[in-house]
Order: sequence, then structure tokens, then C-alpha cells
Amino acid sequence: MKTSKKYLSFIVVMMLILSGCSAPGQALHVQTSPEDSGEVLPEDLQETESKNKVTVGFSQVGAESDWRNINTDSMKTSLSGEGYDLIYDDGQQKQANQITAIRTFIQKEVDYIVLAPVIEDGWNTVLTEAKDAGIPVILVDRMVSDDDTDLFTCWVGSDFELEGKKVCQWLSDFCDANSISGNEINIINIKGTEGASAERGRTRALRMAVARHGWNLLDERSGEFTQAKGREVMTGFLGRFDNINVVYCENDNEAFGAIDAIEAAGKKVGSDIKNGEIMVLAFDGTSDQAVEAVRSGKISCIGECNPLHGPRVEKIIRNLQQGIVPDKYQYVDEGIFSAVESVKEVTVDEETYSVKLP
Amino acid sequence: MKNKKVSLNSNTILLLITIVLFIVLYGMGCIMYGNKGFTHLQTFLNILITNAGLICIACGMTCVMLTAGIDISVGGLVAMDCMMIAVGLNKGIPAPLMVGLVILTGIIFGLVQGFFVGYLEIQPFIVSMAGMFFTRGMTAVISTDQVSVTEKSSPLYYAWANYKIKLPFGGYMNNKGKEVLPYIRINVVIALIVLVVIFFMLRHTKFGRSLYAVGGSEQSAAMMGLNVKSVKMKAYVLSSFLCSIGGICFSLNTMSGSVQQALGLEMDAISSAVIGGTLLTGGVGNVIGSFFGVLINGTISSIVKTNGKLASSWPNILTAGLLFMFIVIQSVFAAIRSKKTR
Repeated sequence: MKTSKKYLSFIVVMMLILSGCSAPGQALHVQTSPEDSGEVLPEDLQETESKNKVTVGFSQVGAESDWRNINTDSMKTSLSGEGYDLIYDDGQQKQANQITAIRTFIQKEVDYIVLAPVIEDGWNTVLTEAKDAGIPVILVDRMVSDDDTDLFTCWVGSDFELEGKKVCQWLSDFCDANSISGNEINIINIKGTEGASAERGRTRALRMAVARHGWNLLDERSGEFTQAKGREVMTGFLGRFDNINVVYCENDNEAFGAIDAIEAAGKKVGSDIKNGEIMVLAFDGTSDQAVEAVRSGKISCIGECNPLHGPRVEKIIRNLQQGIVPDKYQYVDEGIFSAVESVKEVTVDEETYSVKLP
Repeated sequence: MKNKKVSLNSNTILLLITIVLFIVLYGMGCIMYGNKGFTHLQTFLNILITNAGLICIACGMTCVMLTAGIDISVGGLVAMDCMMIAVGLNKGIPAPLMVGLVILTGIIFGLVQGFFVGYLEIQPFIVSMAGMFFTRGMTAVISTDQVSVTEKSSPLYYAWANYKIKLPFGGYMNNKGKEVLPYIRINVVIALIVLVVIFFMLRHTKFGRSLYAVGGSEQSAAMMGLNVKSVKMKAYVLSSFLCSIGGICFSLNTMSGSVQQALGLEMDAISSAVIGGTLLTGGVGNVIGSFFGVLINGTISSIVKTNGKLASSWPNILTAGLLFMFIVIQSVFAAIRSKKTR
């Protein structure tokens, strides 16, 4: 009985201490209750300081790939300089986290919200809240669904279809340069995660090129943007078709998997398709491994997917600060990488891109 | 009789600690981030809006944990509910029917789980783990795409999700000169109703008290003439039922279905219940505590997000710390109690 009383009194004392701590918090809560929060409190030096700075809330998808990490760093560097106060939030791949983050940004009265949505859907409610609070939203990388286009100010990202067109044009030019006719090309497509913007754009470009150049598209399957799945899908294809000479992989990681599978099957990867080599085409080109693969000729051509969105977003914010309305859709500059010598430049939609070594 | 009194006291004290902790945390947030809008009423309401689903689920989890069980299938069930709603509405099924269908699915799912736990006496962890895999799998079977509910697919559901219940007080002008009136959404109302109903059910109904009895000691409950098996089964049905309501609240917040939805939500629910003073060993706990547990988790996450410089893994670490603290406090009480009985 005595010991238990001791325990209880100990806890009661602890509670008293804790509640003592909470009292000022309560008091402050009352003091700055919503009605009078419009006034700047004298002790709020931070408030006045941050008045001159542009506060930006950035809700990122997560840290799932090299591309994403470079993207995050780019945003952080561009928006942490003079005059900016960046609030970064990692959504950890969960849409619910990102929705919460945007509500927090609204509550903190940030000047701009930058959102890289984890999925395209379900943003209407929270983006409407941002709009009601008068905060412009800038989307990066991925889009939100078509119904919500009036809820964001502008979008910065990659033109996935253009990336695909460039790589397809490169292949077509390569065929011309090496006198290979279109119907000799037997291509397979290892698609990205189905429904992802990157997958849709790159697949659409390939299908158009196949129709235009008379290539044979043997089959398409999703490799879900991963190396393991890319390898699995490629192994399956090699078992079913013995005439594959071009593999169109919708990102680097799938290409690495495909190369593994091709080499494991005792075949060679490379651009010499006349002599039985299998040509690998890929996208992104951000990691060191990808650069190395292009230089050694294992990947014949990579359509760059530029993760450096930061400078562009910074410029948009600077313009918005001066009252300039930016273009709604803004594409980042992207190139095309290859170590194959026969194609020097590709022309897509009347724009010429020189083929570079990464 | 005396025993009962002590356990009641320790229950109330655990609950009080949770409430005080919430006030302290929230007060800290107000002091530290008063200039970042933390003191606005909307900050608190946002915690409710975001966690409305979790409140319902934590209520269900508490009921199961009272019987010394556990239900880790809830995250998967929420994902499945969200996916069912999104796909169903896009197929043109009317929203009220879809809601009924989701709740019915939840009840059937709960019946199966409850039957396995109650009548076949299989470990609840194993049963609900199988349930978790099943629901996650079924979500992918329904669709592997990310499906969203738009105004076109169901104007009614869309209207529910976007309906703001504006509160007549606590409005303020933001720095853009727009007036922001505090509001809640329908899911908060649902969650609060669930909370109140379950609170009274646990306190004042025979079923509520039999949950405590079964968790306290199965043997004595059986000797008292309670049908332990049936009580256990009903607990799982209740959990899955509340989880389905939670899934609807969750869906009203995210308006989309995806396989990745609500990943790890079961752990959030369990940790909220534990922080709220529910013992994993059963017999002790209270939904009000779990409600504050959810609020504490929400407040931590809100503080970390408001800070904006801390890594987003900090809420997890802080929750771990709190859990640890509560486990220690609980074991202290357990020690007191065992001394008492001796």
C-alpha cells in the first residue's frame, strides 16, 4: 500500500510539474487567439524578419531514386539562398503526408507552395484550400489530374513525350546512317510503372515512331522502373523472341536489368545490330552508372530527364513576386546522350539537339 | 471491490497523463511556432481533419486490444475501402450504395477474422496478418492504378468531400489579405460521433463491459457466464466495421485509391491506443485516451512539419520515445497492481 502511494504521489507531482509547464503555453494560446493574430507581436522578431523573405513550402514525394535526390538537392540549393526561406517536407511516398504538409504550409502562411505530387489524383480538396488562402501552387515533375488545372499556377517538369521522340528519332537516324531499313528493326518495350506520366509520354512517342518508320514492335510489358523487374521482363522476352535487336527501356534502372538479362543469355549488348548485338535505349541518365554504361557503349542512347528543377522554379517565383504571370506549362531543357558516332544530332519538332557524351 | 477501485484509479491517471501530455505538446507548439500560425484554431482542426480516419480506426483497435487481441489488418482494409470507393464511383455506382457496400464488406471481413480468433482460437496477430495480406492483395486485384474520385465520377461524393463546415468563430485575415474562417469537414463529424458512441458503449452496455472482462481474465469472464468466444468475435467485427467507417473518412480526405494507401496505418492506430493508456495485455483502456493518442501523434507531426527544417523521420522517433515512456509508466502500474493482488 505504501509503495503504491509513493508511486502515485510521484506521478501526481510529475503531472503538476508538467501542467505547470503547460500554463504559459495555454496563456499564449489565449493571448494570440485568432482574432488578434493580425497584429505583429513585439517579441516576434522572427516575424518581421521573415516578412522580407519569401517563404516557400516544398512537399517532395520522397527519396526513392537517384533522380529524386538530385531533384530535391536542386530545389534546396535554389530556394535556400538570399531572400528565401524554404520549408521542406518529405512525403515518404504517402499522399496523406503530402496533404497534411500542404495544410501546414497554408497554416504557416507561406508565400508559395511547391508540390511534387506522389500521385496525380485526389488533390482537389487541399489545393482548393490553398487557392482560398490565396497561395499560388507550383507543381514540379508530375502533374495533377485534368480536372484540377485551375488550382495551380504553373507546372515545371519534363516533356516525356519529347524525350521519347528524341530517342526514337536517334534510332531512325542511326538506321539511315548505317543503311538499316525500318522493317529490320525488331523492338521490344520495357515500360515504366503503368499510368505514370513518364511511362505514358515515352510509350506514346515510341508507338508513333513505330507507325511512322515501320519498325516491328514485338511486345510491351511493364518493368515498373526497377532493375529487378527489368531483368525479369527481359529474360521472358529473350525466351519468347530470338530476333530482338532493340530494347526500349523507359528508365536507366530497367536498362541495367535488361543488360544483365541479355548478357546472362550469352548475347552481346551494343549498337552493332547487324552482327547480332542487341541495342539498349534508355531514359534519365542521372546516375554515374548510367553515364558509365553510355560511355562503354552498353546503352546506345539515353534521353535525358533533367532533375534540376530548382533554378526554373526560383525564376518563376521571382517573376510572380514582380507580378509577371508565367507560362502555365514549363519544360526543363533536356539533351540526348550517346557514344555512338554515326549520329551527331537529332531534329524533333523543328528543334535540333546535338547528341552529347554524358 | 478494492481491486477494481485501484485499477480504475490507474486508468484515470494514465488517461490524465495522456491529456496533460497533449496539452503540454500543443502548448509547446504554440510557444515555439506562435508566429507561424500554430495558434490559429485551424491548426488544431487540421489535425482532426487529417486524422479523422485514424480516430475511428483507433477506437476499433482499442476495443480489440481490450480483449488482449490485436488487429493489424486495418491499414490494408483502409486501402481496400479507398480503392473500392474510387473504382466503384468511377463505374457509376451511387455514393450512398458504395458507402453501404464498404461497410458491409468490413462487417463480413470482421466476421471471418473474429471467427478465426474467437472460435478457432488462433493467435489474433496471425489472423489479422493474413487479413492484412489479403486486403492489400485484393486492393491490387481491384486495380493497380491510382484511381481518383472526381467531380465527374460522383458529384455527390465529391460534394461530401469538399463540404466545409465553417465555424462562426476564430476567423482571421492571412498575409494575403484573405479571410480564413476555421472549418471542419464531414469526416471529422463522423469521427467524433464514432468516438462518443464507442465511449458510451464501452461504459454503459453489457457488451462494452464484457470486453473489459474478457481482456482482464478470460477464465473469470467464462466463469461469470460470459460467452468469451462470441465476445471476441464481436470485437473483431466492431474493429473492422469502425475501420471501414475510418476508411470512408480517409477516402474523403485523399479522394483516391492506390495500393500504397494507408501503409503502416495499423501501427499508427496501435501506437495511438498505447499512448492513450490501452494495455496490450487487455482489460485496461479507454477510447478517449486513444483519441488523445491520435491527437498527440498529430500534434508531433504538425510541430515537425511547422518547423520545416527537421527531417520527416522525427515524428517517428518522437513517437517511439513517447511509446517507451508510456510502456514504462504502464509497467509501473502493472507492478503496483500485482503487489495489490498479492
